[in-house]
Amino acid sequence: MSAYVAKRLATAIATLVLASMVVFAVLEILPGDPARLMLGMNASADQLQLLRDQMGLNAPLPWRYLHWAGGLLSLDFGRSYTYSVPVIDLVRERLAVSLPLALIALALSTVIAIPVGLFSAGRRGRAGDTLAMGTAQLGVAIPNFWFALMLIYVFAVWLRLVPAGGFPGWSAGAWQALRSLLLPALALALPQAAILARVTRSALIEVLNEDYIRTARAKGLPYRAVLWRHALRNAMIPVLTILGLQFAFLLAGTIIIENVFYLPGLGRLVFQAITQRDLIVVESVVMLLVAAVIAVNLIVDLSYAIIDPRLRNRQ
Amino acid sequence: MSLLEIKNLSLSIGDAPILREVELSVASGEVVGLVGESGSGKSMTALTLMRLLPYAARATGRVTFDGIDILAAREDQMCALRGADIGMVFQEPMTALNPVKTIGEQVAEGIRWHTKVTRAEAEERARKMLDRVGLPEAEFPLSRYPHQLSGGQRQRVVIAIACALKPKLLIADEPTTALDVVLQAQILDLLRDLVAESRMGLLLISHDLAVVTEMADRITILRHGEVMESGDTARTLSEQLHPYTRQLAQASMHVPERARPHGGAAGQPLLQVDGVTRDYPGRRVSLFSRAPDTRAVDNVSLSMAPGQSVALVGRSGCGKSTLARMILALDRPSSGTIRFRGETITGKRQAELKPVRRDMQVVFQDPYGSFDPRQKVERLVAEPLHVLDKKLSRAERREMVAHALHEVGLDQRDLDKYPHEFSGGQRQRLSIARAIITRPKLIVADEPVSALDVSIRAQILDLFAELNRRHGIAYLFITHDLTVARAISDEVLVMHCGKIVERGKTSEVLGHPRSDAARALVAAAPDLRVAIARRLREQG
Repeated sequence: MSAYVAKRLATAIATLVLASMVVFAVLEILPGDPARLMLGMNASADQLQLLRDQMGLNAPLPWRYLHWAGGLLSLDFGRSYTYSVPVIDLVRERLAVSLPLALIALALSTVIAIPVGLFSAGRRGRAGDTLAMGTAQLGVAIPNFWFALMLIYVFAVWLRLVPAGGFPGWSAGAWQALRSLLLPALALALPQAAILARVTRSALIEVLNEDYIRTARAKGLPYRAVLWRHALRNAMIPVLTILGLQFAFLLAGTIIIENVFYLPGLGRLVFQAITQRDLIVVESVVMLLVAAVIAVNLIVDLSYAIIDPRLRNRQ
Repeated sequence: MSLLEIKNLSLSIGDAPILREVELSVASGEVVGLVGESGSGKSMTALTLMRLLPYAARATGRVTFDGIDILAAREDQMCALRGADIGMVFQEPMTALNPVKTIGEQVAEGIRWHTKVTRAEAEERARKMLDRVGLPEAEFPLSRYPHQLSGGQRQRVVIAIACALKPKLLIADEPTTALDVVLQAQILDLLRDLVAESRMGLLLISHDLAVVTEMADRITILRHGEVMESGDTARTLSEQLHPYTRQLAQASMHVPERARPHGGAAGQPLLQVDGVTRDYPGRRVSLFSRAPDTRAVDNVSLSMAPGQSVALVGRSGCGKSTLARMILALDRPSSGTIRFRGETITGKRQAELKPVRRDMQVVFQDPYGSFDPRQKVERLVAEPLHVLDKKLSRAERREMVAHALHEVGLDQRDLDKYPHEFSGGQRQRLSIARAIITRPKLIVADEPVSALDVSIRAQILDLFAELNRRHGIAYLFITHDLTVARAISDEVLVMHCGKIVERGKTSEVLGHPRSDAARALVAAAPDLRVAIARRLREQG
């Protein structure tokens, strides 16, 4: 087991280092000079040179990479070119919205998808299954912004249960903040849940054809008990894989939903930073997301070993 | 009254009839054998008794177990019967256990479910049951996972699950088919003891007449879902009144007619293996150390003459398949040399091996797994032709495939079919056609008939014998089945723990084995003639 953990951990760190090099290199190659951007079109060559020196843009590439990477390790992401505040402050503010949003959406998606998957797999080919999977198909097909608008109409405009948009901040109280995240989380979760339910169903159906399911039935366990006790755990590996991918998407790919609900999340921050050529913010957020994805994958890999004892002794 | 009474049982799945008016009974303490070829409905009969049929299946007739009408019982009544009063053991021990649960959990689960005892008590009873089936605590604690056990050990766990609550009836569906003969004998002994201990009824399902004859008091022979004959085992099989019974019995003992056996003739040997060893590196236990190497094949030497048929026999895991892979140049020996027609093949590059591959072909065990299901027969059988030096035109290729199909008793029209359109026996003919298309001098056949029914097996053995007679093809049969070795080989090599421990003329080695390994194999191998004689003697 420890060999498995050590190997996964080493792979994760190596991936992170490699990814940081790629992120750094790509932004170096991209056209656009941040110093010129900050000073405007009328700056003189001397002023430009001075600022470039100050920002460390004239140092050799490897040195700049090390400086940057070292900064990342001590959570010093540099200063935003456009806002002139430390990037870490910007990111922290946005994460306070995006992270809870992603987690709530992920939890909702799991809580909806796995029971639906179990339900469908247990009634494979019958009316209940067809209905559930038809609905899931619809969930995959409907764009989430449209779905978000429908949710706003029903729950905010019509029933007036939750605000239609905006984020009061955590200082307004946890309940108020959570309330404003509820609809966006639901809008994000439903299409994800639809995908996850289909994956759960097909993984379960594959497992249900295995010989050991028949062995469990021959022990006298009712069908439902077999589904929960024997099939579900064996079907979890593909489900976890998809769940890991979904978390990464939910953390950063939520820009449309953030816009629909006027949420100050990470997605909007990156979008603004890109349009303003605030490369240091882009770099930092991308690195953060890379780190999050790698961490989630690490957790998923380690969960595989918890689920399946055969993976524990493998190298 | 019998424990189990099946009257007039018919079964259909969708529109396909599976069983027709089957009659069968099992009494307490009795062993009843249910015999038939694949597709005869044996397994479906068993699943009907457990009411674990596929969704679309419809059964009519009457099945009474211990006074309960099985076909009319509610699902919760069935759940109470399954695992408690009726236990079932399946064919494939490698996949019959849940890979993510310990063996302790899996044995204790049924005990807890039915008796509502505490976890600790259930585990204690599971422990006793595992001890009983030959898995002692010191070596096999409850915390073991299935993947840490061998096939034979896993089958013992499955038996422990099925017998944990001392069922009145045990259904064993081909319980030993996936095991080698020595393990088979051990598992059959275990089943026999369990029956004697608790007067359990045993319904033993098998395609192997010899196994059933050794075990069963009465026998029922099934074909296409209909009972052909049933009665006392010894009498049924010795009298062979029903033509199908006779056909099955004769196919089981079939020995193909062969030309004069080839001795170790003078002249250049076809194949020469000199001191070949194969080590597999041990598993890394920490950053700096590895477990010691595993020696799969240990200093093996052998030689084969042209046209000779040699059987390499041994238990599973003895290294015979590794040796075969090295002879086929699919794996490299750690040391030693292999010469084919005087030419050294060890250490050669792939391109240099082309002429060798032309003269040496292979037939695998599984006629289902060894064909790409999306390609037509013409492509599949023509696969080895790329080792020919000459580039063939499409017409020439088709001509050659057609000829090869003709040689193995298939038709020209089969050229454009897909593998799924053939039966198991026909598919094995296809793989033989694929092997002979390059006119090889040697065919290495790894358990070529063990997946086949007895009557098909007899035909395929005949085909091997005929191709040997007609084209002088030499065979190296890799098998754990001594009936095959006896039927078709001139010489036998007995392999044990990577070494060849005995070799000689087939009749001598199998008739008077000298080494322990060979004696164990011969003693464990079921033989229909011997089994019938023994039964008749016992009954007087």
